[in-house]
Amino acid sequence: MVNYIWGGMFVIGIVFGMINGTMDQVNKALFVSAKEAVTLCLGLMSILVFWLGLMKIAEESGLLDKLSTLFKPFMRWLFPEVPPNHPAMGYILSNMMANTFGLGNAATPLGIKAMEQLKKLNGGKTTVSRSMVTFLAINTSSVTLIPTTVIAIRMNYDAHSPTDIVFPTIIATAISAIGGIAIDRYFYYRRKRNGRE
Amino acid sequence: MLHWMTTISIWMIPLLILSVILYGTMKRVPTYETFVEGGKEGINMSFSLIPFLVGMLVAISVFRASGALDFLVQFLQPLLAFLHFPSEVLPLAIIRPISGTAALGMTSDLISVYGPDSFVGRLAATIQGSTDTTFYVLTVYFGAVGIKKMGDALKVGLLADLVGIIAAVIVVTLVFGMN
Repeated sequence: MVNYIWGGMFVIGIVFGMINGTMDQVNKALFVSAKEAVTLCLGLMSILVFWLGLMKIAEESGLLDKLSTLFKPFMRWLFPEVPPNHPAMGYILSNMMANTFGLGNAATPLGIKAMEQLKKLNGGKTTVSRSMVTFLAINTSSVTLIPTTVIAIRMNYDAHSPTDIVFPTIIATAISAIGGIAIDRYFYYRRKRNGRE
Repeated sequence: MLHWMTTISIWMIPLLILSVILYGTMKRVPTYETFVEGGKEGINMSFSLIPFLVGMLVAISVFRASGALDFLVQFLQPLLAFLHFPSEVLPLAIIRPISGTAALGMTSDLISVYGPDSFVGRLAATIQGSTDTTFYVLTVYFGAVGIKKMGDALKVGLLADLVGIIAAVIVVTLVFGMN
C-alpha cells in the first residue's frame, strides 16, 4: 500500500505538472524538499541523542518499570501480545505520556525506542506486527491535553479566550483515539479471519 | 489560565530531567556513562532515517507543488458540501495527515481570515490540535527501526484521523454553535 501511495504521489504530481504547466515548481520542490528532509534528520539527531541518553538512565534505574506497573491492566488490554514486564511497555507508556503533555520532541525518541522493542518481540522481522499497528493508531490520533501551538496562534490573532478550544480538542482527540483503537481491532480480527495472523 | 498553562509546559521538561537524574543517582546508576551509552544509539538512528524521510517528503512536495493536491481538494469539495462538511476547512482536513508544516500554515491562515472566535477559526484550531501528521509519524517510527512493510498501519492511522476530524466538527458545533 505504501508503495502505491508513494509512487502515486510522484506519478500524479509529475503528470499533473506537465498538464498544469507547473513543471518549474515541481523541479524546485524536488531539490528543496530533499534538502529539508536531510536537515530535519540532523535536527532530530540532537533530540534523539539527548532523550535516548536520558531514557537510558530511566531504564537502568528502574523508573520505566515503575511507570509500567502503574498502568499494567490497561496496557495489557491494549497490547495483549506484549509480555506485561517487557521493556516495550515502559517505552510505549512514556511515549504516550510525552504526547499527552505536548512534549513532542521527547515523544519521538521514546516512540522509536518502543518500535525497536516491538520489532525485537516480532523476531526482528521487517514486517509490521499487531502491536505496532495498535501503537501507531494511538500515536497518530495524538491525545493532547494542552495544544500549545494552536493556543499560541489564537493568542496572536487576539482570540477572546485563546484556550476555549482546549475542551473540544480533548474530546475530539479522545474520540479519535478510541476510534483508532476500535478500527485497529477491526482490522486485526479481519486479518485473523483471513488467516493472515 | 493561559499563564498557568505556559508555566506548566515550560517547567515540565526540566522537571522531568531533574527527576530522572535524581532517581538514577539515588539508585546508584552511573548516570553520565549511562547517558552517553544511550545517546550513541541516537546517532545511527537519525542517519538511518534519512532515506525514509527524503523519499516521503520529496513525494509529498512534488504532489503539492504540481497543484495536484489543490485539484484533489477542489474535486472533493462538492461531495463534502453535500455532507454538510464546512468546505473552508476541507483543505486543512486533507493536508493535516500529510504535512504538518503545511497544516500549521493553513490553520493560521484560516484563523486570520475568519477570525479566531469564528466557527471556522475554532474548528481549524481544534482539528490542528487533535490530530497528528500520520505520514510523518509512520515514516519516522517505521523508518528508524527499518520496517518496510507497513501492513494495515497506514489505513488504520488515516481512518483514525478521519474519525478525529468528524469528531472535531461535531464537538465544535455542539459547544460553540454554527456562527
